[in-house]
Amino acid sequence: MEMASRSLYSSRQRMLKKRDDFEDVLEELRRSSDLRYALRCYTPSLYKGLVPCKASMLKTIVLQSDHLQYVIKQVSSESGDSSECVTEEASLILDEMAHRLQLSTVRFFAFMLSKAFKRLFRSVCVNEEGIQRLQQAVQEHPVVLLPSHRSYMDFLMMSYLLYMYDLPLPVIAAGMDFMSMKFIGEMLRMSGAFFIRRSFGGDKLYWAVFSEYVKTMLRNGYAPIEFFLEGTRSRTCKSLTPKTGLLNIVMEPFFKGELFDVNLVPVSISYERILEESLYARELLGVPKPKESTSGLLKARQVLSEDFGSMHVYFGHPVSLRSLAEGKINRCQYNLLPRYIPQKPSTDNHEFLNDAAFRLVRMQEENMVLKPWVLIAMLLVQNPDGLDLSSLTEQTDWLRHLALAFGAFLDWPDHASCSEVISCSLALHRHLLTVSAGHVQLSVTEALGAETTPEEAVFHRAVVVLSCASYRNQILHVFLRPALLAVAMQSANSNRKDDIYSCFSFLRNMFSNEFILCPGDSVQDFEEACYLLMKRGVLQVLEHEIVMSASGHSTLAFLCAALDPFLQGYQVVCRYLCEETNESLTEKEFVPAVRNFALKLILAGRLKCYEALSSDLQKNTLAALLRLKAVRKVKVGDQVTLRVNKIAVNSLEDTLGGTIPTQKPVLARL
Amino acid sequence: MASNSSNAQQRLRIIAGHLQKHTGDGNTSVAAQECKAEASRSDPSSVTPVPKRRQEVMKWNGWGYSDSRFLFNKKGQAEFTGKRYRLSGLILPSLKDWFEGTFGANLQHKSLATPTLNLSAVAPPNLSEPFVEDLKAASVSASHDPEDRVFRAHGHCLHEIFALREGRIGRVPDMVVWPSCHSDVEKIVDLACKHNVCLIPFGGGTSVSSALECPHEETRSIVSLDTSQMNRILWIDEKNLTAHVEAGIIGQDLERQLNEHGYCTGHEPDSMEFSSLGGWVATRASGMKKNIYGNIEDLVVHIKMVTPRGVIEKSCLGPRMSTGPDIHHFIMGSEGTLGVVTEVTMKIRPIPEYQKYGSVVFPNFQQGVACLREVARQRCAPASIRLMDNEQFQFGHALKPQVSSMFTSFVDGLKKFYITKFKGFDPHHLCVATLLFEGDRGKVLQHEKQVYDIAAKFGGLAAGEDNGQRGYMLTFVIAYLRDLGMDYYVMGESFETSVPWDRILDLCRNVKERIVRECKERGVQFAPLSTCRVTQTYDAGACVYFYFAFNYRGLSDPVHVYEKVEHAAREEILANGGSLSHHHGVGKLRKEWMKESVSGVGLGVLKSVKDFVDPQNIFGSGNLL
Repeated sequence: MEMASRSLYSSRQRMLKKRDDFEDVLEELRRSSDLRYALRCYTPSLYKGLVPCKASMLKTIVLQSDHLQYVIKQVSSESGDSSECVTEEASLILDEMAHRLQLSTVRFFAFMLSKAFKRLFRSVCVNEEGIQRLQQAVQEHPVVLLPSHRSYMDFLMMSYLLYMYDLPLPVIAAGMDFMSMKFIGEMLRMSGAFFIRRSFGGDKLYWAVFSEYVKTMLRNGYAPIEFFLEGTRSRTCKSLTPKTGLLNIVMEPFFKGELFDVNLVPVSISYERILEESLYARELLGVPKPKESTSGLLKARQVLSEDFGSMHVYFGHPVSLRSLAEGKINRCQYNLLPRYIPQKPSTDNHEFLNDAAFRLVRMQEENMVLKPWVLIAMLLVQNPDGLDLSSLTEQTDWLRHLALAFGAFLDWPDHASCSEVISCSLALHRHLLTVSAGHVQLSVTEALGAETTPEEAVFHRAVVVLSCASYRNQILHVFLRPALLAVAMQSANSNRKDDIYSCFSFLRNMFSNEFILCPGDSVQDFEEACYLLMKRGVLQVLEHEIVMSASGHSTLAFLCAALDPFLQGYQVVCRYLCEETNESLTEKEFVPAVRNFALKLILAGRLKCYEALSSDLQKNTLAALLRLKAVRKVKVGDQVTLRVNKIAVNSLEDTLGGTIPTQKPVLARL
Repeated sequence: MASNSSNAQQRLRIIAGHLQKHTGDGNTSVAAQECKAEASRSDPSSVTPVPKRRQEVMKWNGWGYSDSRFLFNKKGQAEFTGKRYRLSGLILPSLKDWFEGTFGANLQHKSLATPTLNLSAVAPPNLSEPFVEDLKAASVSASHDPEDRVFRAHGHCLHEIFALREGRIGRVPDMVVWPSCHSDVEKIVDLACKHNVCLIPFGGGTSVSSALECPHEETRSIVSLDTSQMNRILWIDEKNLTAHVEAGIIGQDLERQLNEHGYCTGHEPDSMEFSSLGGWVATRASGMKKNIYGNIEDLVVHIKMVTPRGVIEKSCLGPRMSTGPDIHHFIMGSEGTLGVVTEVTMKIRPIPEYQKYGSVVFPNFQQGVACLREVARQRCAPASIRLMDNEQFQFGHALKPQVSSMFTSFVDGLKKFYITKFKGFDPHHLCVATLLFEGDRGKVLQHEKQVYDIAAKFGGLAAGEDNGQRGYMLTFVIAYLRDLGMDYYVMGESFETSVPWDRILDLCRNVKERIVRECKERGVQFAPLSTCRVTQTYDAGACVYFYFAFNYRGLSDPVHVYEKVEHAAREEILANGGSLSHHHGVGKLRKEWMKESVSGVGLGVLKSVKDFVDPQNIFGSGNLL
C-alpha cells in the first residue's frame, strides 16, 4: 500500500518502472465452450469485514440510516411536506436508482459477451498481476474501481473480467440515459448497474439518497463500487478533467472513521480501434449523439462484423486512500459534529479531493497501453498531405524511440519489423486512410459525389481528421510536458530559465482544461520536461538558462507541432470572441457559432486546422477563458450570456500565437 | 459555626477513642493531631504494605512486590509466585500455549532483565548544599541514597521499565524528601523557592505518562518529594459522610482503614494497590466503580495544595459552590506542575451489604457495545461493567488456573459446548462483559435481573460469576504479566481514551488495525496482540482501554518501534474522535497533543495559571504544558 502511494507521487520513478505482462483472456475462451464459462462455479474472494446483505436489504438500510432520516426531516420542514411523503419520495428515488445484481443475469451476459468479444476483438489482454493485487485488495478493504471511459464496452468488459477471474462483481454508477433502453436498462441493473441522474444540482434529498446508497454498499463491503472519474466517455480519447462528486462520497467513510481504509484501483482500458470511433467524431462536429435505445443497439450489430483489433485492460496498483490522505487531511475536523449530519468538505478536503482525482486519472493515463497505430496517427495528423511509406516507417521508428524514452507504455510486437507493424496497423484502420503508390494519407474525400457542397466536404474531411486525432490523443499525455516546454522555448524571448518557465506555466495554465495537468504541479512538470529533453540530448539545462542542443531541432519542432492544433484552435476561439461577438452571445449559441466561424475560415483557406471544429476543444477553451476571467457568465432572464473582456481575450490570443513575448504583466493584466 | 466545629471535634475524639480499641491487629489510627513526629513512625498502626524504603518489598525494574511474579516453571507451566493474590501459588496451564501462539514467542528464547541494580551506574547527586542544610534544620526526612533516588525516577511506562531491565539508568532525582505532614510540605516548598530547587512530587509511582521522568534540560538540583509518609486518615465525619485524609495514603490502605470503620470511598482505580490519593487528584483518576461512587472529581469535597505562592484551598466543606470557575479543577489534573496536594476531604460511603460478580457472553463485540449503550441509556449500569473483545476473552481464558476436579472441567466443557455449538456463537467473535453489582441484597438481585434482561435483547447469555471475577482479577495481574512477557522478548503497554458512543466500534476497529499495520510496517515479524475493552460507561460515551503487545525478537531498537506504534495509535484515536486521555493523564508522553486537544487559548489559560502560581517553575516536572 505504501508503495502505491509513493509511486503515485514520484513520476520519475514510474517511468523506469517495469509494467506487468499481459495475458489474452480470449485465447482460452476460444478453446472452450462459452456456456461452460457462463455456468462456471463462481466463488469470489470477499472482503474480510463483509456484512452479508441482499440487494433488497440495502434499500431498508439506506432508508433507515441516520443520515437519510436527518435529511428527510430537514427537507420536510423546509418544504412543508409531511415526512412520510418525503420518505416516500426517497423510496422512489431509491427504486429508480438501485441495482438488482443477480448472478443469473451476469451468467447470461457472460455467455453473450463471450460470443461478442470473440467476434469483435482479436485479443483482450489483461495484466494478471493486477488481478492478483486486486484479489488481495478486495479482501483487505472495500475497493473502488476507477476505469477509464472510452466506450460503452468499458463497464461490460469490467464486470465480465471480474466474473472470469472470480472477483466480486462490482456495482456500477451509470448515467440515467441507459434507463431509456427498457430491456437493456433492466438487464444492466441486474448485472450491477445503478442509475444516477445526470444533474441534480440543488436536490438535497436526491443527493442524500444517492450518497447514502453508495456509502452503505462501501461500508458493508457489499461489492466493489465502480464509477468513471471522467464522468462520461471521452469522445476525444484524451482523459477528461475528473469529476469529484462520487469520489468525495466514497472517500467520506474513511474520513469519518467508518472504514479503516479504502483501496482505489485505477484501471486503464484501451482499444486498438474504438467501436464508437466515427460516432464520436460526428458528435464533436455537432451531429447530436444518438439517444441510447435498444433498437439503436441492435443496429450496432453490424459492428459485430468488423475487426476491432486488440484491447488491453490494465489493473493498476491499488492506492490506499489512507496513505494518500496522510498528512493532508485532518480527520479530527469531523469530531465535533454527529457524523450523520452532512458536512460541506473543507477547503483542505476539497484540494485533496481534486488533487487525488487528477493523480488517479494520471495513473490511468500512464497505464494505458498504446498501439503502434497511435504513433502513425500522430504523424499523419501532423502531415495532412500524407507521407511516403518509407518516410512514414522511418519516422514511426524514430517516434517510437522517443515515446519509449518518455515512458510510453507501448505495445510494440516483439518479433516483427517496423514495416510489418506499420502495414498491419494501416490495414486495421484502412477506413481512415488512402494508400496509393506507396503514399499514405488521411482519407481524401474525392469518393463523394459531385453534388457535395464545400461545407459537406469539409465536414467529411473533419470526421476523418478528428477520428485520427483521437488516436493521436491517446499518446499525447506522454509528450505533453516536453511539448509545453518546446512551445515555451519557442515563444519565450530569451533562453533564461525563468522566462521559459513563465511561458511554460502560462501555457500549462491555459491548457489545464484540455489536458490532465495536476493543479499545483507546475514546477514539477517543468522539471520533468527539462529532465526528459535533457536525457534525450535535446536540451542543455544550465543554472539559469536552457539551451537547445545542436541535434535538438527536429525533436523540438515535432513537439511544437504536436500542440499546434490546440494552439491554433484556441486562437480561433479567441479571435471569434474578439471579432464576432456582441453583448448577447448566449452560452448555448457559443459552440455552433464558433464552429461556423471556423468553418468559414477553413473554406476561405485561412485555416488548415480541422481540429478547431471540435466542440470539445471549443468548450475547453471557453472553460479556460472563464477560469482566467477573460469571459464572464451573466444570467439574463433564463439565458446565460457570455460577456467577453475583449482586451484580455485578445492579449491571450496574441500570447498563444507567440506574437507578444510572454511576460508576467500579460497575466497580471487579466 | 463555633459550636459546629467543637461538635465535630468532640465527635472525632469519640470516634478515635472508639477506633483505638479495635486496633489490636494494629492497622488503624485516626489522628486529629497537628503533625506527627518522625518517632511515631514506628507506631504499628501505620504499617503499610509499601514501606518508606520501597526497595525492601518492591521490584526495582518491574511491577509490584518482589515476591510476586509470573514465571514458567521447569515443566514449562506458568505459575504466579508469592502469597498475596488469589492467583498466587497457582499453576496456569493454558498460559504457555496462549503466549507462544499469540506472540510466536518461544520459551527457549529468553531476554532476562539485569538481576540487580548497579548502584555505580547512578550519577552522583547534584545537591544544593544550602537547601540540604536548611532542610536538616527543619528536620525533614531526606536521603540521597542512590537506591532511594532510582526508585523515584520513573513510573511504569514501557520505555522506563525496559531501560531499567537493561540496567540503563537515566537522570534520577538528586535527593528524596519525605514530609510527614502538611506543614513539612510548606517548609520544603519554601526552601525550594528560596534555593531554586526543582521539586517533583511522588505518590505511588504508578504513572504511565512519563510524568515522573526528570526533564533532561533541568540543570537545577531535582528533589523528589515523596508523600508516602503523609498517610493518615485525619478524621471521619459520619454526619456528612466525609473523611479528611493526608494525600500520600495509597489506595489499599485508605480502603482497608476506612473499611475498619465500616466505610469505603469506592474509588478503585486498577492501580489502587500502589497509587496514592494525591496522585489520583493530580491526574484526574477514575475508579472501576465510578458508576456508584463517581470519579475523583465527584469524590473530593475539599483539597489543600501547597504551591510556591502559598496554600490554595476553599473556605468551607459545602458540597457545591458557585464561586467562579472551580479552583479544584485547576488542581485536579495539574500533574505536579503547580504544587503538592497535601490533604483531601473526600466522600465516604458505608460498605455495601452485598457484592456480586457476573458476566455475559455476546456473539460479537458490536452486540456487546450496543448492550452497554442501552444500559447507559437506561442509567442502570452496575458498579462496574466492562466489555472485553474476543482477543481479551481468550487472554482471560489463558489465565484460568488449573481446575481441581474432573467435575469442574467437565462443566466448563459443557458450558463451552452450549455457547459455541448450541447457541451458535463463533468462538473467534464472541466477547464477554464482566459485571460487578453492589448494594443491599434485594436491590442487587433486582438490578442484576434488569441488566441481564437488557443483555438478552442483544443476544447476551449470562456466563456466571467466575468469569466475571476473573475478568477483574486480570486488571491487577496484567502489569505483572508484562514483566513475564519481557522475559521472553514480548513487550506491551496499555493506553486509554474516552469516546462518544456512536464512534466506539469504528475507533476500536481502526486503532486495533492501525497497531497491527504499524507493527508490520516497522518490521515486527509476528502479528501483535492488539485488543481493547470498554471499561467505563457514561451518558454520552465510554472509556476504551487498549492493550497491545508484540514479539520484538530481531528488532534492533524495539523501544523505538514500540514508541512509534503507540504514537500512531494515539493519532488514530484522536482522528476517530477519541480524547487524549480518560484518566492516565498527559505527562510528558502526550504533551505534544495538548494544544490541539484543548485549543491554543485553553493551553494559554493553563500556562497563565502556572505562571502565576509557580513563576520560578519550582514544580519543574515539565508535565502537561
